[in-house]
Amino acid sequence: MTSAKEVVFKPLFDNNPIALQILGVCSALAVTTQLSVTLVMCIALTSVTAFSNLFISMIRNYMPSSIRIIVQMTIIASLVIAVDQFLQAFAYEISKSLSVFVGLIITNCIVMGRAEAFAMKNPPVLSFLDGIGNGLGYSFVLIVVAVFRELLGSGSLLGYEILPLVSNGGWYQGNGLMLLAPSAFFIIGLFVWVLRSVRTEQVESAEFRIAPHAAHSREGAF
Amino acid sequence: MSSKDTVSKTLVVAFFLCVVCSILVSGTAVILKPMQDENRILDRNKNILSAAGLYDPSIHSDSDIAELFSRFTPRLVDINAGRFLDAQEATELGIDIASYDQRKVVTDPALSEALTSDEDLADVKRRALYQMVYLMEGDGENELDTIVLPVSGYGLWGILYGFMALEGDANTVKGLAFYELKETPGLGAEVRNPRWTALWPGKKVYAEDGSVGLTVVKGAGMGDYEIDGLSGATLTSRGVANLVQYWLGDDAFGPLLKQLGGRQSQSLAALNQE
Repeated sequence: MTSAKEVVFKPLFDNNPIALQILGVCSALAVTTQLSVTLVMCIALTSVTAFSNLFISMIRNYMPSSIRIIVQMTIIASLVIAVDQFLQAFAYEISKSLSVFVGLIITNCIVMGRAEAFAMKNPPVLSFLDGIGNGLGYSFVLIVVAVFRELLGSGSLLGYEILPLVSNGGWYQGNGLMLLAPSAFFIIGLFVWVLRSVRTEQVESAEFRIAPHAAHSREGAF
Repeated sequence: MSSKDTVSKTLVVAFFLCVVCSILVSGTAVILKPMQDENRILDRNKNILSAAGLYDPSIHSDSDIAELFSRFTPRLVDINAGRFLDAQEATELGIDIASYDQRKVVTDPALSEALTSDEDLADVKRRALYQMVYLMEGDGENELDTIVLPVSGYGLWGILYGFMALEGDANTVKGLAFYELKETPGLGAEVRNPRWTALWPGKKVYAEDGSVGLTVVKGAGMGDYEIDGLSGATLTSRGVANLVQYWLGDDAFGPLLKQLGGRQSQSLAALNQE
């Protein structure tokens, strides 16, 4: 039996959905240019994962296996639409900058993955906590990426100026690359590298080894 | 096969799931709609005020917008005839001034028209037949202080939407603010940088011969008609120049603006009665 504490905190470092499972990377590229937008996205994704896990777990014993995936998708999609409506009502500015990416939570592999892998086999409360835990794991990586991108790209954090930009009369030349999607790849890559250097058990064993160079033994054959 | 996998059980589960989910989705949409509409109007009003240079986020908050905006009167313009429509004409067309959105009706063939490629300088493909402009009266008797026009045009990655504010003479720029764009952050998206938008106020729109003289140029913009282009954003700058050329030109708001500019001394009320 897995404990509640383990379910919530394990996805932070030991089994991080982005860094170890490499899921949900697409939105990590798209919504991390500004920290404030990232925070709202993290809250949205965490609540969707938690509640979809809760509801799916509640009806898991009645769910016919033939329409299992459709039922999960319907629940996830309904929750995402509800979250989108709430954002438009209470955080309009941010919902504008998130635009389609709230809707795209539906296709976020983390939500679907937790529903299928955890909520289908575990009781509701534990599934809810698993959703929170994985949401936090996702949020942690996104926040790290967003801090680097906003600070180095726009010289600010949460919209407050930290490094005054040259274009605003300061001294810091903003790093344009940080504002473009590829920079999130680099930061996530570095994050995974650091994490796996500290926790060496996360390093995957090589699928194959490159054979030693053997051309000398066939000298003259060509 | 376990008992939950029978066809009837499957149908029952699917049916109840659909009912519950549709209630959830439509419930949140209906309950939250008034708040969302309010947000949309607030956002639009904020954009209009910032184009007119009346809204500064460091001084004003959202609660000031209603008061600041109360000085503006929304007016519907027939863009082909170059004149204002009165409330009765608007009702006849089925337009509710409070909720009219010229960006939404662009897909409605009855309320919009396709532009030919010669006309379509701003590359917007279609435009609404009736455009909402916002007028602010000055402190003096029946004096026109500010005219705010909706503008849009293609930049590098997509259409930029914004508002352009002119002084009461309909010839001097008061400000330009884009509220929606897809331009590259740090390059084209700098059209929203306050340091760049600060170049606009005071520039003149119409040249001596009546054509639109206002433009965005490469290098240092000199004189009354030229705005310094954004470095590293040639295509966005060109898009902005084109949209100014189009929306202030003879095919769009030009005739109306010339009329307004020539009549500054006359009362707004008289103009409205036409």
